[in-house]
Formats: sequence, C-alpha cells, structure tokens
Amino acid sequence: MIEVKNLTKRYGDNLAVSDLSFTVEKGKIYGFLGPNGAGKSTTMNIITGCLAATSGTVVINGHDIFEEPVEAKKCIGYLPELPPLYMDMTPREYLQFVAQAKGIERDQREYQINYAMEKTQITGVQDRLIKNLSKGYKQRVGIAQAMLGSPEVIILDEPTVGLDPIQIIEIRDLIKSLAEEHTVILSSHILSEVSAVCNYVMIIAHGRLIASDTIENLSTYLVGSNVLHMTVRGDLGRIRMAINALAEKAKTIRYEENTEEKTDTYNIDIETDRTVDLRELSFRTFVDENCVILKMFTEAIGLEDVFLKLTTEDDEDYREELAEAELDARENAFAPDAPADEDSDDSEGGDDDDDSSDDDYKPMFS
Amino acid sequence: MNFQTCFVAIRHNSTKKGNHFRTAKVILIIMYAIYKKELKNYFINMTGYIFIAFMLAITGIFTTIINLMSSYPTFETVLSNITIVFLLIVPILTMRSIAEERHSKTDQLLYSLPVSVTQIVLAKYLAMFTVFLIPTAIIATYPLILSIFGTVYFGTAYSSVLGFTLLGGTLLAVGMFMSALTESQVIAAVSSFGVIFAMYLMSTIASLVPSGAMASLVCFIIVLAIFALIIYNLTKNATVAGITGAAGAFVLAGIYFIDSSVYDGLFATVLRWLSVFDRFSSFTNGLFDLTSVVYYLSLIVLFVFLTVQSVEKRRWS
Repeated sequence: MIEVKNLTKRYGDNLAVSDLSFTVEKGKIYGFLGPNGAGKSTTMNIITGCLAATSGTVVINGHDIFEEPVEAKKCIGYLPELPPLYMDMTPREYLQFVAQAKGIERDQREYQINYAMEKTQITGVQDRLIKNLSKGYKQRVGIAQAMLGSPEVIILDEPTVGLDPIQIIEIRDLIKSLAEEHTVILSSHILSEVSAVCNYVMIIAHGRLIASDTIENLSTYLVGSNVLHMTVRGDLGRIRMAINALAEKAKTIRYEENTEEKTDTYNIDIETDRTVDLRELSFRTFVDENCVILKMFTEAIGLEDVFLKLTTEDDEDYREELAEAELDARENAFAPDAPADEDSDDSEGGDDDDDSSDDDYKPMFS
Repeated sequence: MNFQTCFVAIRHNSTKKGNHFRTAKVILIIMYAIYKKELKNYFINMTGYIFIAFMLAITGIFTTIINLMSSYPTFETVLSNITIVFLLIVPILTMRSIAEERHSKTDQLLYSLPVSVTQIVLAKYLAMFTVFLIPTAIIATYPLILSIFGTVYFGTAYSSVLGFTLLGGTLLAVGMFMSALTESQVIAAVSSFGVIFAMYLMSTIASLVPSGAMASLVCFIIVLAIFALIIYNLTKNATVAGITGAAGAFVLAGIYFIDSSVYDGLFATVLRWLSVFDRFSSFTNGLFDLTSVVYYLSLIVLFVFLTVQSVEKRRWS
C-alpha cells in the first residue's frame, strides 16, 4: 500500500529523517510515536508530497510520490499538524472548495461532503465561519477535508494536540471509525493515545525508526519490569552485603545516600522482572543484616517510561536497551507467544547489530 | 520541472489507461477550484473592493481633469498619467497571494492536491489578473462615453488600454513573486512596492548612469557581486557563489579587453530595457508595438516561472 524505503531528509547539516524504511498495509491504524522533533511531521509531509526528500523513495499504491505525484496524491487524504483551513469560509464552503480541488466529479461532490460532515459531526456548524469554531470543531473540519475523495489512506499529524479531554476522546472515536473504510496513519508524542487508537506502532527518535510492531508485542517485550524503591538505615557495609545477597534475583540495583534523612540512610532501587516479588525477601535480608527499612514501595515500569527511555537516550544505549528488553520478553514469554516474538524481531528491519548483541547478552541471563 | 512531472503523469495515464482527456479535465477542474477560491477570497476580505474602488477613483479624477475640464481629446493621456497608481494598488492585490497561504499553513492543502505547483500558481495569478481586469473593463468604456461629447481616437485609446492591461499584468506577476519570497504580507507589500518603484524610476536612473565603457563594466561587476551574494544566501554554499562570481567577472573583464566599445553605454541600455513603464509610453504615443506586447508577455511568464521556482525551492530545502 505505502512503501517507504531508505527515506532521508536533510535540512542543511541537520538530519531530520535518517534512512527510514517501513511499509503500511491496508485496513489498519498506524501510529507514529516519537518525541517532538523526532521527524514525524517531516516524514508525513514527504509521504503526502508536501516536501521533497533528500534521498529514498515513497511508493503509494504503485505510484512513486516523486515521479507520479498526481496519481499518488489521489490515494491520500492529509491533515497537517495545523489544519489548513481558510478562516473566512464556512465549513460547507471550505469542503466544497476542497471537494472540487481534489477533482471529485460534480455529481459526487454533495454526497461526499454531506457524508464527511455527518461522519465528523459538523453538520450543525456547517454555516458558521471557521474562525468562530472551537478548536475541536476546526480539527473535525480538517478531518472531514482529509476524508473527501475517499482516499485509501488518511494521514493525520497530531490530530488531538491542543484539544480538551472530552474532545480528545471524541476525535479518537472518530479516527477509529475512519479505519472501517480507510487505512489511517497518525502521529503523536503521547504513548497512551497511540496505544488507545492504533493497531500498529512505529517509534521514531532522532529521525530513526527504533521499534515497529503491534501494540501487544511492544508491551510484552518492552514492559517487563518492576522497581522496588526502599529507604534503608544501617551500616553501609552491611547494606552492601544485603544488596549482594539480593543481586541474583534482580536486574539492576542502584543505591545512593539519602540526603534528607540523618546519616547512614540510603535509597535503594531494585529493578526486577515483573514476575518476581522481592518485597518479603528484601525485608528478611535487611533484617538479617541488622538494617531498618524505613520505606518500601513497588512501581511498575510502564510503556511510557520505556518509551521515554528509548527516545531520550543515545542511539547505542537504546539499541542495547531494546535488545535487552526483547531478550527478557522472550525469556518470560509463554511458549505459544515465543514464535511470534521471533517473527517480530526479524521484521524489525533485520538489524544485524541487534541480533548479534542479543547473542552477546544471552549467557549473562541464562 | 514540475510541468514535466505532470506531463509524465498525463502520458503515463494515457498509455496505461487511455484517459488522457479525463486527467486533463480533472486538472482543469482543480485549477478552476483554486481560481474560484482565490477570486472569492479577494471579495470576502475587502482587498478586491479597495483595489477596484481606488483604481476607479484615480482614473475618474484624471479623466475629469484631463478630458472633461481641460477638453483634452486623448484618453491615452489619462492612462499614461495614472500608471503611478500601480505603485500602490499592485501590492494591495499581490501581497497575500502566496505569503498568506504560507503563513497560515494552508499551502500544505494545496501541495497535497493532485496538481503541480505550476498549475496552482497559474490559477492564483489568473485570479489576481481577473480582479485587475474588472476595473480595467470599466475604464475601457470611458472612451465610448467620451465619444458622445466629441471625437475620440479609438485606435490609440484601445491599444493604450491593452498596453495598460499588459503593464498591470506584468507588475502583478512581479508582486506575486515578491509574495512568494516571504511569509509576511507586510514584507511582501513593501518589497513589491520597492521593486515597482525602482522599475518606475528606471529610465531616470538609466539617464544618470555614466555612459563610459569602464563605468559600465564596474556597474556590471557590482550587479554580479550582488547576484553572487544572493546565490550564497539561497544555497549557503560559498564555493558555488564564489565560482559563479569569479567566472562572471572573468567573462565580463575578458569581453572588455577584447572590445571595450561593447560597453559604451551598455549598462544604461540594459537598465532602460528593464524599465517596464517606459514600454507603455510607446502605446500612449499612438504606436502599437508588437515587440512591447511580446516583452510584457515574456516578463509575465518569467515572473510566474520564478514564483513557481521559489515555491518549489521551499519544498526542496
């Protein structure tokens, strides 16, 4: 349907999108996830023909966007980050203009406009000036515009930014209902949004695709950790002993002096697999070492934290992180899930580095 | 370049599916949609009315003074006197055409349409030209009205109206190009005013330029330096700009050493050639000059082309 290959975009010395490749298949909702400035908008602008790429190809339904822009653009409806609305028009006038400008046959226009307005629920405001509409309604008019011409793919750039919570839910429902007839690609920097709406997620950071999989797979291999936070008072040497005793059950252990409390107080963070509960064992171990636990609570590392981690750390770091996380997931996974994970690894872009680093890590954990 | 891609698309279509005419028809429908939207826009936000009112008021005043009160029989005198209003009214019309779309990001909608940039720009230009044609058409009835009261030379009057239309069309293309260079309507208006003002004064400037060969050469080299600076500004590439400048200077100096008489008064001639307002005087002097028609038309094509290029350049940068 859409095939993006080795897409690169440079602004001077700044690499906005670097060697991006992915394919989009019919009938799913795809989510582009990444922090601000990750290259999401740039990628979308290139796919829709608003921006030229430095190198790489985008093929839409067999039409290259750079060589046959006219044919390729017919397959796409696009809502940019800022809805391209003419403020002095009413929604109906605006949609009439867009319908004609998309080259829709005269006898089809009215039907399509009415259908789009119904679907986006803007029929009630069709005769008010767009500049007087609320932000949520403006966004709906933008989506209605993208629907006209019944394109096979609808691309929405940050469709819920700046809306209030109720509007966000309404727009999300609208996007889900669009997926019945169109393939939808949307971008967001909010993970919960993507996981609420999309079937398939592509995480982008620094212009690179760092993960691309279904929501289910991502959550199994990215979320596997609990963190046990403790504040312990006692002799440092003994605390070290206790930590060493706990170490084999934990993934990572960090400790530092607690500056708020009196001396000999330490904060300890123990990261474990989700299946492991270290609370009791920790209690006994520290008591054995004659230390006092002042405070203890557990926290699950959510998809959000992992996403933050993935997208903020340096390239090498997050690649390793990802490899580790994947490996953990594979080890924790139930038997029937294991092959599915295997597949997702291969579709990850066949990064040889990733695979080899997997192998390097294996002995440490088995 | 974009024309070519569009052409490729059409050809591709015609060979593959045999619906050459359908594609061409769709493109015309889309261009018409943009044209209609632009035209409507001029009358939603007053600029169209202001433009027409201003032009009619000025023409009316001059017609009253020259033809009615002074009983002067030639309508072309009015036209040659009112060309100065272009300084004010052309920026009114052109300032928002491209700058505003870019400012409000609505240009992204246009770029995602299945048409080329050339077609979008052409539709916009034609809409602008249509707004200009409305008062011009009204003005064109004045000689007829005047003929009730005496003898009017229709030939010179209407060839002047044609020249006036072409001059206006050229200046609109210049203004549109200025609007394509910036996001701000104010900058677009001020810069097109500046450029049109320079064009208006061009024949005066040309008469002030020293006519000696050496002076001409120096002037050309200054222009070349400015040109190289613009290249550097656009491409941020010092080597390309430097090489262009050096090669140009070498050629200019080379020609000077081979035959310095070429440069005698050449710079003034070039300046005079650029003076679009001067060309109009041949029409008002009762001379229907086909080369002037070609001159205006080619300038319109040039500036529409430059507009397309500057819009395209934004997409490529």
